[in-house]
Amino acid sequence: MMQKETDVAVIGGGPAGLAAAIEANKGGCSVTIIERDDGLGGILQQCIHPGFGLHEFKEELAGPEYAQRYIDMLGETKVDVMLGTMVLDMTPKKEILAINEQGVVKVQAKAIVLAMGCRERTRGAIKIPGYRPTGVYTAGTAQRFVNIEGFMPGTRYVILGSGDIGMIMARRLTWEGAKVEAVVEIMSYPSGLIRNKVQCLDDFGIPLYLSHTVVRVHGKDRVTGITIARVDENWKMVPGTEIFFSCDTLLLSVGLIPENEVSRKAGIRLARTNGPEVNQFLQTNVEGVFACGNVLQVHDLVDNVAIEAKRAGAMAAMYATGIRLPSINSPDAVPLVAGRGIGYVLPIKVNTGVDLALASRIGPVNVSLRVKRPVDDVYVRVKNGAKEVYKKFFKHLRPSEMVIFELSAAALNAIDKAQPIEAYLEPKPAKELSEAKVA
Amino acid sequence: MLYDFAIIGAGVTGTAIARELSKYKVSAIVIEKLSDVACETSKANSGIIHAGYDAPSGSWKAKMNVRSNPLYDDICKELYIPFRRLGSLVVALAGQGTDYIEELYQHGVERDIPVEIIKELSQIKKMEPNITDDVEVVLHAPTAGVISPFTLAIALAENANINGVEFVFNAPVQAIENMGKFFIVDTPGKSFQARAIINASGLFADEISRMAGDESFKITPRKGEYILLDKMGDYVRKVLFPVPTKKSKGILVSPTVDGNVFLGPNARDQDSKLDNSTSLHGLDEVIEGGRKLIPRIPLVESITNFAGLRAVSSTNDFIIGESKVTPKLFQAAGIQSPGLSSCLGIAEEVVDAVKASGIELKLKENFNPTREKPIVFAELPWSERDALAQWNKQFGHIICRCETVTEGEIVQAIRRPVGARTVDGVKFRTRVGMGRCQGGFCTPRVIKILARELGVEEDEIVKREPSTKYFFGETKEFRQPRAASVNGSEVARP
Amino acid sequence: MKQKDVICVVCPNSCAITVKQMPDGKLLMEGQGCKRGEQYASDEFLAPKRTLATTVRIKGAFIPLLPVRSSVPVPKERLNDILDLLARIEVQAPFKCGSVVVQNVLGLGADIIATRTLGVDTCAKVACELR
Repeated sequence: MMQKETDVAVIGGGPAGLAAAIEANKGGCSVTIIERDDGLGGILQQCIHPGFGLHEFKEELAGPEYAQRYIDMLGETKVDVMLGTMVLDMTPKKEILAINEQGVVKVQAKAIVLAMGCRERTRGAIKIPGYRPTGVYTAGTAQRFVNIEGFMPGTRYVILGSGDIGMIMARRLTWEGAKVEAVVEIMSYPSGLIRNKVQCLDDFGIPLYLSHTVVRVHGKDRVTGITIARVDENWKMVPGTEIFFSCDTLLLSVGLIPENEVSRKAGIRLARTNGPEVNQFLQTNVEGVFACGNVLQVHDLVDNVAIEAKRAGAMAAMYATGIRLPSINSPDAVPLVAGRGIGYVLPIKVNTGVDLALASRIGPVNVSLRVKRPVDDVYVRVKNGAKEVYKKFFKHLRPSEMVIFELSAAALNAIDKAQPIEAYLEPKPAKELSEAKVA
Repeated sequence: MLYDFAIIGAGVTGTAIARELSKYKVSAIVIEKLSDVACETSKANSGIIHAGYDAPSGSWKAKMNVRSNPLYDDICKELYIPFRRLGSLVVALAGQGTDYIEELYQHGVERDIPVEIIKELSQIKKMEPNITDDVEVVLHAPTAGVISPFTLAIALAENANINGVEFVFNAPVQAIENMGKFFIVDTPGKSFQARAIINASGLFADEISRMAGDESFKITPRKGEYILLDKMGDYVRKVLFPVPTKKSKGILVSPTVDGNVFLGPNARDQDSKLDNSTSLHGLDEVIEGGRKLIPRIPLVESITNFAGLRAVSSTNDFIIGESKVTPKLFQAAGIQSPGLSSCLGIAEEVVDAVKASGIELKLKENFNPTREKPIVFAELPWSERDALAQWNKQFGHIICRCETVTEGEIVQAIRRPVGARTVDGVKFRTRVGMGRCQGGFCTPRVIKILARELGVEEDEIVKREPSTKYFFGETKEFRQPRAASVNGSEVARP
Repeated sequence: MKQKDVICVVCPNSCAITVKQMPDGKLLMEGQGCKRGEQYASDEFLAPKRTLATTVRIKGAFIPLLPVRSSVPVPKERLNDILDLLARIEVQAPFKCGSVVVQNVLGLGADIIATRTLGVDTCAKVACELR
């Protein structure tokens, strides 16, 4: 059994793991990335479409290009990379057990960054009735087939779910000469970015059926067709609204789930979002274990993954060099709860009374949230009891677009520990709106 | 080649009979219309070895179930088949009365099956903490167990094969000609001659029987739909049956032998023997039924749904033994629930019927009762995992992340006797793709390994039958066939 | 008079902009939220462009496809022509991320560039262990 010691172990070599490792290394730590694939870059390698890195590099890079930038940066460091190595177990004492072609590897770390990413929701998770033929794939699996393995999984497609991967695959398949008959979305609005709806569906005249879902998969051996139907506000099918499409493939783009099987083994508490519960230091309930990227929350922009991951990497480096960061288990950690209109908000808890020197070193607290449904003309407000912590007006908010903002150290110092902090939406009063129009 | 026996159907019944016959000096072939063993009824059922108190007294079902239940411990040890005697609870809710429970209890006593009636709520809750508070009384049968039906069929087939039984797949029987001294069995690619036919063809047993001249029974498919949940520790501990109502025979909630939890089946008679699709209201019915037993069952953990067809005979019982119309045609038909629980006894009974018909069977001296133990990486301690990976690096290469299955196990599944030839074949032998991601990640890798091991192109690999292919050509081919592609530098000129 | 409805993708506001062209060629706009949106809508009306991202066949690498993109956006109505051309190309590994696969494709002023390094630096390869 191979044994290894490292200051910071980063589990996962995708965009989050790469950024975290580089940052932890800057903090003066020995860093080891443990990656299950035989190469770095994670899911970015199959995301060949442009649109990555607009904020960070001011360029519209393709996924592999973005990954290459980080791989090149990593090449400048002394970060140790273990490829083809799958982590199977992790203890609260930060001992990692993994396997690769050389055998079992035991890595003893001082701090761990979880950066395992997420996986796709499947057919079973959403109860699609019908047969179980070949030709039902998640959008990401199809993406891998088409972009990396070099095979076309079908000729005529229906796509369930208007998530970004699904819409991007609609364009990709069309460009490869396949036909996409329809994209079907159970919600009354597209669940991906509007930009993707415009450039991936509208450009090709691909119809988007909102408030519809797949009610039957036809074909015992291979998909021969898909029946969709309208749903009511409770997602119950409306009889008599069925539409049949003749096709050979159904793609599913029905959501992503953080991949936290290993986290559970170390006793890490998960939030309702399936990501670990973390405080503003991105530290989980197991001290010295940090989480970032899609394993924490599913992001829509890789730039935001990088920002979050750098923070996690920096925190892990501080922890590994002996700086104790306030714990989420401490009585000073105040819950940050999702109020009216908010789907979820992170961090789960905010530690108050943080030592000033430490607070200034760490900088402001990043809060990220998603709204439950699309809304216009609202304030995002954060309150602690009667005290206002944050307030900002938004013209449009959609669940597909994560809202990220900072809470200043000053605001945090004034927090009353006895009361939770609540983030919620407040419609802008009609009077203010009409005045704004006149102006 | 003239075989002594042609066994039609490679479900649990056919493979159990094949294994039983392989103890004797005979030549036998199993002819299966689908791509692998256990592809139809044997694949999609509850996976329960019933204690044996349920079926009506005097029926084949009762006799075979009671006879078979104790046989599972030994055979599962011999053939390395995971089997857990979890015990079962028949759950009577408030207002359902105790008559049914008492009737089953009487069956148990008469048939010498350990059973007990438990009325104390705290005791019931201790056995099954998440059971409904509405429970009034339960019948506990500790000898009920759970097994993977396809693992059973795979192991039986492997062992039969080691002992000389041949297998042919993708060979639907189209005609049977009775030549007096032997039969000719026609399939699309090949015909087979055999002195006797054993009909273990499940849903199609009436049609096979008719081809051989015996029209004495009919098989009606009865669909049962299931929902499978992810592994949830011991959230559900025992096989939970409800008291049947007029509307439904009973939707169970039970762990599988692998630690998942399932709900189902409902029951719906239908005409089609092919339609194994699930339906919206069928799945709703399953959920409603399951919630009566475990009210807060976490359906968010659902990873798949599926339906199976039970082969219900017109006698509503198993049909076992030599045909009264066609000599040397042996029936193992109408094997619906408790068929899985009964298949070992059925195999013995069929062999007894063969002997009774005048066919002489001589025991082999060198019958091998076991098979090579499959390596299951996920169940090994760290020291063994380490040693294994160092011995063969394929065992250090995880292909299925959800179920922790290595490349080595997949290669092993392909190379074994009656080995995997399809993606589903690999899946049912190794659990690849059975986890929460349902093959999203590992399918492309499994296709690669299969292609490499079988020496074929990746686009020739199928999920099950030849009509279940994965690909429609290579990327770029829809715009430009590969043959026409030219060197980049030539076309690069503007 | 030509008219077109454009959904602006410049920012998340997604303004619905109606563009009308007067007989003298001048554009009239309604619904735009900002100057950048106005420019976007005007481009969409007069000469819509897209960044193309696809793959070309590659020989001698551990995967059969090299991802590529256009260095700058190209006219939307020529996308199919470029895709047809790229479907006919097969390049030889090694290939470095950023290097040119097709220069000035179809004379449109955009290069087709590789977006991945293949066959050079093993650090860049993803799991394709079995090829």
